[in-house]
Amino acid sequence: MFFLEHIWVVPLLPLAGAAVMFFFGRTWRTPAPAGAGHDHYGDAGPSPADTAYDTHAAHGPADDHEHAAAGHDAHAHGAPERLPKAFVNAICVGAVVLAFLWSVAAVWQYTNWAAAHAHAAYDTCAQPGGGCYTWLGTDTGRTVYPSAGGFAQFKIEAGLLLDPLSAIWLLFVTGVGMLIHIYSTGYMAHEGGYYRFFGYLNLFMFSMLTLILGNNYALMFVGWEGVGLCSYLLIGFYFLRPSASTAANKAFIVNRIGDAGFILGMFTIAWYFGTFKYTAVTELARSGHFASGDAVITFATLMLFVGAVGKSAQIPLYVWLPDAMEGPTPVSALIHAATMVTAGVYMVARSNALFTLAPETMKTVAIVGALTAIFAASIGLVQNDIKRVLAYSTVSQLGYMFLALGVGAFAAGVFHVFTHAFFKALLFLGSGSVIHAMSGEQDMRNMGGLKNKIPVTFATMLVGTLAIAGIPGLAGFFSKDEILWQTWSSQNGAYRLLWYLAFATALMTSFYMFRLMYLTFSGRPRMTAEVESHVHESPKAMTLPLVILAFFAIFAGYLGLPHSLGGSNRFEKFLEPVFQGEATQVERTGEGQQLAAGERAQEKSDSTEYLLMFLSVGAAFAGWGLAKRAYQNSDTGYREPIEQASRPVYNTLYNKYYVDEAYDYVFTGRRKAGGVRLGAMGLGDALWKFDANVIDGGVNGAGWLTKLTGTISTWWDKWIIDGIGVNGPAFLTRVASYPARLFQWGQVQWYALVMVMGLIGFVAYYVWK
Amino acid sequence: MQNHILSIILLTPLVGAIVLLFVPKENKNAIRWIANLFALGGFVISLPLVPWFWAKVDQPGFKFVEGAANNWIPSIGAGYLIGIDGISFLLIMLTTLLGWISILSSWEAIQDRVKEYYVWFLILQTGMLGVFMALDFFLFYVFWEVMLVPMYLLIGIWGGPRKLYAAIKFFLYTLVGSVLLLLGILFLYFHHHAMGNPYTFAFVDVTGAGTAAMGGVWASAASIATKWGLKYVILLFIAFFVGFAIKVPMFPFHTWLPDAHVEAPTAGSVILAGVLLKMGTYGLIRFSLPFFPAAAMHPTVRFWMITLSIIGILYGALVSLMQKDMKKLVAYSSVSHLGFCTLGLFALNPLGLSGSVLQQLNHGVSTGALFLIVGILYERRHTREISEYGGIASVMPVYATITLIMFMSSLGLPPLNGFMGEFTILGGAFMENRVWVFWAVWGVVLGAAYLLWLYQRVFFGPVNNPKNQNLPDLTTREIATFVPLVILAVAMGVYPKPIFRILQQPVETIVKIVRPSEYGTFNAHAGETAPPAQPAATPEGTR
Repeated sequence: MFFLEHIWVVPLLPLAGAAVMFFFGRTWRTPAPAGAGHDHYGDAGPSPADTAYDTHAAHGPADDHEHAAAGHDAHAHGAPERLPKAFVNAICVGAVVLAFLWSVAAVWQYTNWAAAHAHAAYDTCAQPGGGCYTWLGTDTGRTVYPSAGGFAQFKIEAGLLLDPLSAIWLLFVTGVGMLIHIYSTGYMAHEGGYYRFFGYLNLFMFSMLTLILGNNYALMFVGWEGVGLCSYLLIGFYFLRPSASTAANKAFIVNRIGDAGFILGMFTIAWYFGTFKYTAVTELARSGHFASGDAVITFATLMLFVGAVGKSAQIPLYVWLPDAMEGPTPVSALIHAATMVTAGVYMVARSNALFTLAPETMKTVAIVGALTAIFAASIGLVQNDIKRVLAYSTVSQLGYMFLALGVGAFAAGVFHVFTHAFFKALLFLGSGSVIHAMSGEQDMRNMGGLKNKIPVTFATMLVGTLAIAGIPGLAGFFSKDEILWQTWSSQNGAYRLLWYLAFATALMTSFYMFRLMYLTFSGRPRMTAEVESHVHESPKAMTLPLVILAFFAIFAGYLGLPHSLGGSNRFEKFLEPVFQGEATQVERTGEGQQLAAGERAQEKSDSTEYLLMFLSVGAAFAGWGLAKRAYQNSDTGYREPIEQASRPVYNTLYNKYYVDEAYDYVFTGRRKAGGVRLGAMGLGDALWKFDANVIDGGVNGAGWLTKLTGTISTWWDKWIIDGIGVNGPAFLTRVASYPARLFQWGQVQWYALVMVMGLIGFVAYYVWK
Repeated sequence: MQNHILSIILLTPLVGAIVLLFVPKENKNAIRWIANLFALGGFVISLPLVPWFWAKVDQPGFKFVEGAANNWIPSIGAGYLIGIDGISFLLIMLTTLLGWISILSSWEAIQDRVKEYYVWFLILQTGMLGVFMALDFFLFYVFWEVMLVPMYLLIGIWGGPRKLYAAIKFFLYTLVGSVLLLLGILFLYFHHHAMGNPYTFAFVDVTGAGTAAMGGVWASAASIATKWGLKYVILLFIAFFVGFAIKVPMFPFHTWLPDAHVEAPTAGSVILAGVLLKMGTYGLIRFSLPFFPAAAMHPTVRFWMITLSIIGILYGALVSLMQKDMKKLVAYSSVSHLGFCTLGLFALNPLGLSGSVLQQLNHGVSTGALFLIVGILYERRHTREISEYGGIASVMPVYATITLIMFMSSLGLPPLNGFMGEFTILGGAFMENRVWVFWAVWGVVLGAAYLLWLYQRVFFGPVNNPKNQNLPDLTTREIATFVPLVILAVAMGVYPKPIFRILQQPVETIVKIVRPSEYGTFNAHAGETAPPAQPAATPEGTR
């Protein structure tokens, strides 16, 4: 049990890799020559040190930009201060390979352990031997909060949980992650910021593993935000390109809206159940104390779903994902197709006990999923950027997964996540290989005829296309068909309307995927002669992952071979311990809703299932056929069939239903509606004016008033109090004393004269008396 | 040593200031070295407090108490009485750390009147520490006012172009609040006497060697309602509240803050945001809540407190979204963050209060760092206009990385520290009222928006402005100022448990006083063993 007991090593391995990259990737500068210290910057003018910095800057990430724009010409002026690439490969790729092997061993040991422990989840906090510590709150039991049923202890542990659900994610995240790491060593070989790229990628692996292995909602949120950060960093990897950093911001901020919902949902759960732990919440939810349709649980699940809508790019928060294609292609494959964007599905599946109790939420999930599926697929029909087509395809497929969850077919949804991870990663990496061959060109209008020039890429991408289109025998067929069937059959056909949407989506999926294939690989080459001369197959490091993924894109489906096709659906059986509670729930409430997928297997009539299967296969082939007719021989200036049929429809689709524009007008305020800025920026502007004029105006007004009072007081003091009150009497006295002053003006001679006169007077008086 | 540790921490900066007075002012480098030595010494000397405090973490009341009531000016009952509990302990550690970092960061930024600068800065440091330690209202008020003067001078002498306006605004605005605060204190003082006690300003009773518990004017505060009526409790609450709310600053008392920040020198901003604002929230926790519980729990009062907090969160965030000056942007983000602090505070449950203090520390660390970050660019370019920059990430990569980490900390990305505070506050508030959190949580979204947009405009894109092409990256000294903050941002996020543990006892005390009917006995049986697992959900039958 060594690997299982030390499962915490799995996320820490890539974290260590990332840490090495960030600390040592950009090795410390050699100190500037003596005398030219760091002090002489700013206005002091250029010094030797500055010159050194200057070279540094020119050799810095500026390279990223050049390569993003101009392709992959090796640059002679490499940055000697960086870690050697071989070392980066050894650390970062090595960490993920090791994590994958460790995961395989741990899952293997878990299946043995689970067999002996009634298929319980392996929680490191419940097991002796570490891998768990109290993270938020205290151990004393005295940090409490008032929950719905009295005081609950605020104590959130950082512990890991392995059960079939997280095991599946663990395996494909590390597995696909490993392949994409290997692929990246080829794809990014000539790009600047190599260590930075792998550091981010490893950090992403750590966050994603935290997300799926955490044993409580708060820890999931840590991973949830962590992958958001890495997504931000990697979308903005070519940060000299303004569109890249804008897309990165958009991704982070839109996701934050979802996260706000997640926070509310998480607190609702904590308030209602008094715990953040999955196992405790699930146990309580299945304890039978809660009626189906419980208002609080409905609210909690709706809020959680808002989080899922953000992370998994569903309507109305899907807008960030297509823009996220600004990142390097391996990133699009890993984060924006195979792993991170399925986090929402994981969260809903993880909370299945709660969602089962909230039929209203389930309905919302199903409807949002189906609408997103067809909405995104329809946009994908006319996009010309090869990665954008795949991005909309991802949004659409995620919609499928939510549709499955919404109709209660959790296992089918998870199964689609699993198969999708392989074929979508394959398609993205394939498109990366195409872009690599085309010297950075992403516009399919400038491609064509690559079939024979890059045969491995073509063959593997074809496998991926067949898989996603739902051609029988490949992985996508089994998982997609399961979803379609569950949509049709669950809850006595309550969701049959959604089946039509999903069916139409299947047709569109097939069409746009084969359109992509034909425009890229068939027809006449439409690129410039110079680009054409450079077309070459990618190196082994890139084609090998493609081949391995293609293998899984074919065979992963057989893990979930349905009963109707003679299989035993081992995938679903493996997941049964996670979703088992639904059956008891249904039996107990007797409402016959949210039947467990496993339970339903016996009920379904095979003949209907065969018919539906036939229809969906028909749709797949129809889409293929339509695409073939329209694009097989496309030459420069080819016409889009949709454009020919209806120009307004084409424009609407091509402009993505103008949703981005509408959001910019209404929510962000990046665009002004008729000279008026609305949205957050408009509000910010208005409040800023309010702050400066009204609130601060009030403060300054108070100051002014005080000064005015002071002025008046001064005046009063000077003229009235001092003037009339004090100087007034003095004046009066002065006036009154004027006559007296006439006699007394200070001249000594005069005094002497008066004295003499007086003396004479007195003498005269006495003499004459 | 343990008996006098607080006085030593309190007086070290002051001694430094006195020593500096004897150094000739021409000898700038000697002044810098001495000031840094005393600032670093002040931090180092506060470190032993960590294990010592930890050893007494569960001991109720105030610890490390020194002095006695009425021993300073016996005729009026003023005493040199200091002591700390968990809340003040954490804030003191924050103060000593940020004080050192600020002084270190001033090395090159300050070239004029160096000696005065450091003297005032060290006096300011003592003033702030005193506020957090005082257990006597007179002493508290003296420190509270003393600390205004150096700050006023720091802004007014070493500030930017509108420094006089900003300094005077800061001083007068705060003084208005202080006057009301003084009135409130005097009311308590005379009320205490009217209840038949000798005159005293002490609000604790010394209970043993080095310990103190609620007493003095605090103990008699409970009888205000019976003697004078609830109206007086509320009026007193408002008097204290206005004094503290201006300092926090809560909406709508916040407009001095952007001006003071924009004009203040970098180190002044760091201390202003990192510590001075916390004096407001500290005052609310230390006085407003436990002295006037009836008012704090009064529905109308509480409604307004929460409403102002939520307005502060959203308003601060929206206004900072549209700022063109980096420092002003960070200043308004402080309004938003402090809104979270007061929201948690007036949630009035252990979770909200712990989160509030936690967020105060986080804000000190991350916003302190943000001001340093702005200061770095300002020192190089002498402008803070966002539009002057762009593409700095390619010129100053180390700086860009540190900035990104601190931005993430500030916008609450787990597992960095900012998240722990916001999460705990929102959790505490949610348990009281869902609607509050529904509004407050938008602050989390907007926080990401204004910071990331700022980051994009300053750091990403090509270097279009030729003046930015040769900017040097961080020097070793500058990195040294950031290292402790980055380490703290990570450590407090990954392992915040000790902080929760330190806060447990003081927060419990406050909650028990404020909500005796709900929390009076909630941990009566709690000791080393945790209470039983919480199946908090109500059974079906009762719903």
